[in-house]
Amino acid sequence: MTYLAKPKLHHPGLPKNALGYTRRDYEGAISTLCAGCGHDSISAAIIQAFFELDIAPHRVAKLSGIGCSSKTPTYFLGNSHGFNSVHGRMPSVLTGAALANRDLIYLGVSGDGDSASIGLGQFAHVLRRGVNMVYIVENNGVYGLTKGQFSATADKGSKSKRGAVNNDEPIDLVLLALALGATFVARGFSGDKAQLVPLIRAAVAHRGAAFIDVVSPCVAFNNHPGSTKSYDYVREHNEAVNRLDFMPDRAPITTDYAEGSVRDVMLHDGGTVRLRKLHAEYDPSDKVGAMAYLESRRAQGEVVTGLLYVDTESDDMHASLHTVDAPLNSLGDAELVPGNAALVAVNASLR
Amino acid sequence: MDNRVNSLVRVNDFVVKFANVNGSGSASANGLFARAVLRMGVPVAARNIFPSNIQGLPTWYEVRIVEAGWRGRRGGVDLMVAMNPQTWDKDVAEIEAGGYLFYDSTKPLPPSKFRDDVVALGVPLTAICNETYSDVRQRQLFKNIVYLGSLSALLDLDPQEIERLFAEQYRGKEALLESNRKALHLGRDYALANFECPIGLSVARRDAVGERIFIDGNSAAALGAVYGGATVAAWYPITPSSSLAESFASWCRKLRAEPGTGKQRYAIVQAEDELSSIGMVIGAAWNGARAFTATSGPGVSLMQEFLGLAYFAEIPAVLFDVQRGSPSTGMPTRTQQADLISCAYASHGDTKHVLLLPEDPAECFEFGALAFDLADRLQTPVFVMLDLDIGMQDWLTEPLAWDDSRRLDRGKVMTAQDLDAGRDFGRYLDVDGDGIPYRTYPGTHAVKGSYFTRGTTKDRYARYTEEGPAYVDNMQRLQRKFETARSLVPKPVMTRAAQPTNAGVIWFGSTGAAMAESLAELERQDVHLDRLRIRAFPFDDAIPDFVAAHDHVFVVEQNRDAQLKMLLVNECGIDPAKLTSVLHYDGTPITERFITREIGEKARFYNVTPLTGRRPGVRNGKAA
Repeated sequence: MTYLAKPKLHHPGLPKNALGYTRRDYEGAISTLCAGCGHDSISAAIIQAFFELDIAPHRVAKLSGIGCSSKTPTYFLGNSHGFNSVHGRMPSVLTGAALANRDLIYLGVSGDGDSASIGLGQFAHVLRRGVNMVYIVENNGVYGLTKGQFSATADKGSKSKRGAVNNDEPIDLVLLALALGATFVARGFSGDKAQLVPLIRAAVAHRGAAFIDVVSPCVAFNNHPGSTKSYDYVREHNEAVNRLDFMPDRAPITTDYAEGSVRDVMLHDGGTVRLRKLHAEYDPSDKVGAMAYLESRRAQGEVVTGLLYVDTESDDMHASLHTVDAPLNSLGDAELVPGNAALVAVNASLR
Repeated sequence: MDNRVNSLVRVNDFVVKFANVNGSGSASANGLFARAVLRMGVPVAARNIFPSNIQGLPTWYEVRIVEAGWRGRRGGVDLMVAMNPQTWDKDVAEIEAGGYLFYDSTKPLPPSKFRDDVVALGVPLTAICNETYSDVRQRQLFKNIVYLGSLSALLDLDPQEIERLFAEQYRGKEALLESNRKALHLGRDYALANFECPIGLSVARRDAVGERIFIDGNSAAALGAVYGGATVAAWYPITPSSSLAESFASWCRKLRAEPGTGKQRYAIVQAEDELSSIGMVIGAAWNGARAFTATSGPGVSLMQEFLGLAYFAEIPAVLFDVQRGSPSTGMPTRTQQADLISCAYASHGDTKHVLLLPEDPAECFEFGALAFDLADRLQTPVFVMLDLDIGMQDWLTEPLAWDDSRRLDRGKVMTAQDLDAGRDFGRYLDVDGDGIPYRTYPGTHAVKGSYFTRGTTKDRYARYTEEGPAYVDNMQRLQRKFETARSLVPKPVMTRAAQPTNAGVIWFGSTGAAMAESLAELERQDVHLDRLRIRAFPFDDAIPDFVAAHDHVFVVEQNRDAQLKMLLVNECGIDPAKLTSVLHYDGTPITERFITREIGEKARFYNVTPLTGRRPGVRNGKAA
């Protein structure tokens, strides 16, 4: 086990965010995952991102399916409501929750088995509906809780710990997300927190369906030679197209970059993502170009990371449904129950 | 008119059946026929019998004109409006001796196509339409109105009532109004000129409809959901439930738009499948909105895993199950009551669910609203069990009413004020002995009241634990909660027979329509039965008491496996030998004639006789 959470003793010198919370207020229970699990690094990145965003933890609802990754919401944001739902069905539960209260922030955590196999249908439809959420897949290419079977994201030809070779084509969730209409698509690596934290922050600020595929090596079942989801393999083949700095609207942009290598992307809450372009030709507003680029690099065995696509004009499901501004779960009798007079008119029309 | 036939003479008590081709536009004309009879103050029981098809296959509309107000099918047909050559032979064979056959006589038919004991009434509908209209589509559509006009003359139906219905339907569309009126009179004039009108069957004006309304159960249930405060609906199209979700949308457009902005005080999502629709309902309900889905048997099958989660995680979901013949295509456009077991015990593990069993559209409205209060109060899935017969057919039903002093019961919800006041919050903690814990909505409080929702593995404070005693403790509380449900659901309706008797009958749902009439008929035959209509599961204690008080109890239901009987035996510890099943499951709604015959025969076998001068429930030793 890794020990993310420590005793709730606050060092008086701990830095506080704008709400007066320390980083500790964003932690959860002690992780029960294996020591060195990539998922714990992602939980740490989530904690860091929400702390930096000055979001009160109880304004976040965290939802998951079933699997190792889906256990992690217990390990961060301990003052948030959480829902460990049904294998592969987190997206529908999250959609319903988002329908009920548009004012909370929805964080869906899933895995490659949960999203690419049993839940592929729900993965697809939650993205095309534009549900306002951050959807993180903690992608290790194996089923951890059931001890090491291949998942649908395992690369063809990669070897299991027991030596079995995967014969099936992998599903690239990033490419799928682009095709399905997600308006924020990114890939990170659990071993690269400096890249992952700003990605999560930008995803939270985005309005609409934000998807982050995080390659997260499984130290127990998929970290051996022959695996394409091991720490060593991903470090060697990670090709970051950009680096992010996320700046809320109140913070002045002071960082200095060489001209031509910087691109500012304004997000919905007024915040800005400053992209340091590592590949001059990569344009994250060009979906078609992004898809072609990802495919060409995949053919070379490279794992492209960074903010791969963002539509800054996107809107969400509530906008398309034309729902009221107040959360639906806050409406009372007066707003919801038409009363007997309306029923008298209904009766009259049915005679 | 054929004088060889000793033709039927009936006023306000006969069955007209329209045999049509699906997609020919007949539904509108047939509906007008039924409504015109209602406007004359005479009750009708109307049923659409339709195929799994959009265009081309046979479809029927049966209108029973019944001054006595019975809402079930009688069985048999007195006037067949035979508009479908495909089904001619079968349709003609179905007519009662002395009955009438209305048909399009444009093309001559051989005498072998007719019956000697049936009066044939031929009107050259196609010829009339071809002479009048040049447009092909109009020729077809107005043929329906032309036969409606002929029927108005033949049955003495007031044409002014039909014209008034036209005027309501085509308000602001004067051209359509005029062309419909013209078609109506073409048919009417032909009949008046060529037949002695009315024929033996006729409609005479009465005041027997009263305040009652004509509505289908799906619309009524959807309106119930509006009044029950539902704000989130997630559904996947499946016959016969689709019109419930669509009807919710249409009621909401009228009743739930925010004044000023026109924005929606509701959200409706057509999901990608039933797994997703129930998932959305659970997510929304977990987050404090009232949410429902509408589906049918196969949809409930797909929802099984989520229903288990909702039961164990204690999420207040509402499901409308409009039952049908299952699976696949064909029988699904026919009615059944065959999902009782699959809903009562839906899902994995030890699960039991609350079922509400409405008998007509008025109760669909009532239970449709009540389901949301019960779901919130009990924090568990609640099923409202309609069937195709109630759901998709227009029924004459009591007017809908709402008590304006009634408030939505949101159940046990702990607020930020409660938490700040120091109230102990345990998500699965039973503080007052009814098995129902408190819950908090996400986002309630910065540091108090949050919890992690899981299926089974938790203690009273929602902390993860795999300890056996904690699991057992939780399961026993859920059992207590189900006992609380028993006291909250609608009570059965019991009625004594006119005379003391040792026998009783139990039924639920749409069976009631034919049951009421059958009981009156059995009474005429000196078969007296005490009655109990079940309205909910878990069963009220009055139900086993009713069985105990009688020697023989008939259980009438519309499925093969006697599912209600199974539930009664299983849940109430009843000796199965005391219960005699009367089962109807061919997809058509159960009829008065069927129940009367089945119970009549069995009752004679069981010596069901009046216990004159004796207490009910005491065995009568005498033979009939």
